[in-house]
Amino acid sequence: MTNLMTRMGLAALFAGAAAMASPASAADTIKIGSSLAITGPASFLGDPEAKTLELYVKKINEAGGVNGKQLELVVYDDGANANNARTFATRLVEDDGIVAMIGGSSTGATMAMIPVFEDAGIPFISLAGAVVIVDPVKPFVFKTPHTDKMACEKIFEDMKAKGIAKVGMISGTGGFGKSMHGQCLGVAGNYGIEIVADETYGPKDSDMTPQLTNIKSAPGLQAVVNPGFGQGPAIVTRNFKQLGFDVPLYQSHGVASKSFIELAGDAAEGVRLPASALLVAEKLPDDDPQKAVVTSYKAAYEEATGQPVSTFGGHAYDGLMMLVEAMQRAGSEDPQAIRDELEKTSGFMGTAGVVNMSPSDHLGLDLTAFRMLEIRDGDWVLAD
Amino acid sequence: MPDFLQFCVSGLTVGAVYALVALGFTIIYNASDVVNFAQGEFVMIGGMTTVFITAAGVPLHFAIPAAILAAMVIGLLLHRLAIEPARGASAVTLIIITIGASIFLRGGAQIVFDKQFHSLPAFSGDTPVMIGGAAVLPQSFWVLGGAAVIVALLWFFFNRTLLGKAVLATAANRLAARLVGINTSFVVGFSFVLSAAIGAIAGILVAPITLTSYDIGALLALKGFAAAMLGGMGNPLGAIVGGLAVGLLEALGAGYISSTYKDAIAFIVILAVLFVLPGGFFGRASTERV
Repeated sequence: MTNLMTRMGLAALFAGAAAMASPASAADTIKIGSSLAITGPASFLGDPEAKTLELYVKKINEAGGVNGKQLELVVYDDGANANNARTFATRLVEDDGIVAMIGGSSTGATMAMIPVFEDAGIPFISLAGAVVIVDPVKPFVFKTPHTDKMACEKIFEDMKAKGIAKVGMISGTGGFGKSMHGQCLGVAGNYGIEIVADETYGPKDSDMTPQLTNIKSAPGLQAVVNPGFGQGPAIVTRNFKQLGFDVPLYQSHGVASKSFIELAGDAAEGVRLPASALLVAEKLPDDDPQKAVVTSYKAAYEEATGQPVSTFGGHAYDGLMMLVEAMQRAGSEDPQAIRDELEKTSGFMGTAGVVNMSPSDHLGLDLTAFRMLEIRDGDWVLAD
Repeated sequence: MPDFLQFCVSGLTVGAVYALVALGFTIIYNASDVVNFAQGEFVMIGGMTTVFITAAGVPLHFAIPAAILAAMVIGLLLHRLAIEPARGASAVTLIIITIGASIFLRGGAQIVFDKQFHSLPAFSGDTPVMIGGAAVLPQSFWVLGGAAVIVALLWFFFNRTLLGKAVLATAANRLAARLVGINTSFVVGFSFVLSAAIGAIAGILVAPITLTSYDIGALLALKGFAAAMLGGMGNPLGAIVGGLAVGLLEALGAGYISSTYKDAIAFIVILAVLFVLPGGFFGRASTERV
């Protein structure tokens, strides 16, 4: 008898809990999904992205939410694994019922998720780098970070202004280095740049002096470019100094974090790279239109997490803010309406630069979004 | 010519580390017939422990002995907890246990330390020395000199001390060694501790040049294994020559052939040795062990 009573009581309890839980999440909140590489090899991307999304969703909700409704963030950790990302994407669409998606820290995870959101008709803002995500344009796919092709163009533009024409390249064979290497070879001709030496190194290579020795003996060498991220560029930079090159070294936006300067040490002095204005927030002139956005994001992130700001978290900030503005303009949470408004984003000032989207451009950044930085006294400064 | 010298310097520096890893393989292999694939993890533990102890504010000259000691303790634990309980098992089983141990140590290092790359300050500055047009980092001399000192000490140990002779006796014939009163279990444990110390020293010496992180061990173990095979498994002199040769081949291959296949060279060496020269440069004929 008591047994039956207990069972009935439990059943009532579950029923009550279920009844209380379901309506709250269905009607009054706007569900936004995310799948990021919070752990694993790309955790330096996913970790600040996740922290940024959580921080700003909380801030937006405290300020009254969007269109009078609270935001609800559903985050999964895909560990930069494309298979996991695909599974989470399906779960976000079918089980969680999200209206918009931010994330995909890596290009691989993003490409695996694209078909899911294209089929479901849910807007998807990727935080990954490669140009293939938005070229060709897919109706529901957008992205916030600069592309590797733009990094090449920015570097070559700077070289052209300095009269540099003969360039040596040393590229990582990982996904990022390989992709940027290809993009750089593709656009070099537009800037009158000739690649006089072309070397590579593996993701775990610990000594690049043989490759750099070959580059150094290339006739007429005027500069060296190193596409790649992780520890590789730090070792390249150290070896570059060891061998006593007398030409400038250009790194990519892949090393735009303080850990690169720490690992490369003194050798990082004088290295030039294209990166977002976020890294030099305080050093921007006061009349710079981007200054307000980057200083406020930097201050908020560093206060909330106690960690130095990185450009990667900034990409998540840009994606979330563009999404919120699109929802406000649309005045609804209909995925199709959000998509249409996202595409009309114009004059949006984010941490990456000014975004002007169009039906043929789902990135919306131009070369002015990149700043040429130089490392001096162990810190970033605006070059020239 | 300066290019050639630069390739050689680069190859010898990296090769000296492979040589020390190969030496670690050799010592344990001789004492127990086990190829210890956790040898690369000792290199990682040496470098990472030094990084984290110095980061806590301890001067480098105290941090280094502490890191070597830490690696020795882990080497002893590896023997006592993983190898010793399975002592009746075949060599293949024991080798698989060491692979498991290396995965375990790598996972543990992710938690105890972190997943980032770290560097140590160079012992005597970063200003390269020019030798015949090749730029040599002072740290390279530390690596090469350190390797030479270790080899000399080992030679003295094996040829001039009773414990060293006991290790050699165990290597030659375990049953006979036990019959004349040598504690072979102690000798095998000792060989793990000694290998761990050598690995840790290699990891500390090279960290200022190549950087260190929790996962550098696996690749070093494979390259060191290739070096030990090339020199002849079980021969200390072979380990040194093999290590330097693999390092030189990598650097010259990357310099003159193609940098794309740099990492493949060690594996080509393994295949070539297995096909053409199964005993390595200095190896005993394999029938001798049967």
